Amino acid sequence: MKYVSLVLISHSEEIVSGLKKLLNQVQPDVPIAIAGGNDGEIGTNAFRIKEAIESVYSEKGVVILFDLGSALMNAELAIEMLEKTGHIAIADAPLVEGAYIAAVEAGLGKSLDEVVRACEQAKQMVKVEH
Amino acid sequence: MAFGVEQAKRWMNIANDKIQQQKQYLTELDQAIGDGDHGLNTARGFQEVVEKIASVNYEDLGSLFKDVSMTLIAKVGGASGPLYGTAFLKMSLALNGKKEADDKELVAALEAALSGIKARGKASVGEKTMVDVWEPVIELLREKGSMQAKEAALLAKEKMEHTKELEAKKGRAAYLGKRSVGHIDPGSASSYFLFAALAEALEG
Repeated sequence: MKYVSLVLISHSEEIVSGLKKLLNQVQPDVPIAIAGGNDGEIGTNAFRIKEAIESVYSEKGVVILFDLGSALMNAELAIEMLEKTGHIAIADAPLVEGAYIAAVEAGLGKSLDEVVRACEQAKQMVKVEH
Repeated sequence: MAFGVEQAKRWMNIANDKIQQQKQYLTELDQAIGDGDHGLNTARGFQEVVEKIASVNYEDLGSLFKDVSMTLIAKVGGASGPLYGTAFLKMSLALNGKKEADDKELVAALEAALSGIKARGKASVGEKTMVDVWEPVIELLREKGSMQAKEAALLAKEKMEHTKELEAKKGRAAYLGKRSVGHIDPGSASSYFLFAALAEALEG
C-alpha cells in the first residue's frame, strides 16, 4: 500500500459517510473506511470499528479520527481486539478538519507519524480571524 | 458463600430487571447532563445479555462473563458499552476456568473490573462517573476481606447519591461544567443497580 489509510468514527453514520464523500472528492486514492452509528442508531461500536480498521489495514499505517468521547473508548477497545496492532494511531484532532488534513497528507505519501502530526495541528487552526 | 454459574446468571437477571424497571429514570438522569441514551442503551444491552446467557450451559464463570462482555460491547452504543464491556471482560479473565469463586476470588474479579473501567475511561474518583461508586465499594470489600454484598450495595447507593454534589470532568456531562452539579451521574446509578443486584443474587 502506497498510502496511509484513514478510519473515520462517528456516533452518526451520516456524519462519516458524508465526510468520506467530501474527502474522496479531494483525494480519491487514499483508502478510507468508516464506522458510524450503532445498529442504525446514534452511538459507536467497537466491533464495527475493528472491521473498518481491518478493511484498510496495511503496514504503511492507519490513522483513526473520531468525533466524541466514547468513540475513543471503542476505538481503543477495537485496537485491543485486533490481531495486528502495530502501525495504528488514534489522532487527537477535530474530526472534519483533521480528516481533511490527514487525507491530503496521506495522499502525498507521508508516513503515519507525519500524517498524525499534521492532522493534530488542526487543533491550532484559526478558522476566523477576529 | 458460593458464587457459581447459577449465581452469576441470577446476578445478571436481577440487574436486567432493575435496569428495565429504571430505564426511564436512567434516561431522565442522562437527559439532564448527558445525551439521554443511558437508559435505553443499558436496558437494551442487559436485555440482550440475559437472552444470550439463558440458553447456554456454561462450564465456568470466565466464559459466562466473556459472553456478557461481548454482548455489551456489541449492543451498547454509548459510553457504558465499552466501560461495562471492559469491566466484565476483566472479570472473565480473572475467573477463567473457575466453576465457582470464593469470596476472595470474587472480590479480586470485581477489583479487576474496576481497574478495567478506570483504564478505559481514564477517570478517577471525584469526576462524577461510575468510578465514584465502584472504587469505594471495591475498597470496602477489600478491607473486609470478604464479599459483604449488602454493605457494598448500601455504600454504592450512598456514593451514587453523592455524585449529585460533584462537577463532571468526564464524558458529555463535562461540557456542562458547573451546571452538572445537582444531578446524579447516570453511570453511577446503573452501577449502583449492578451492586444491588449482586447483593440480591447472593442472598439466594
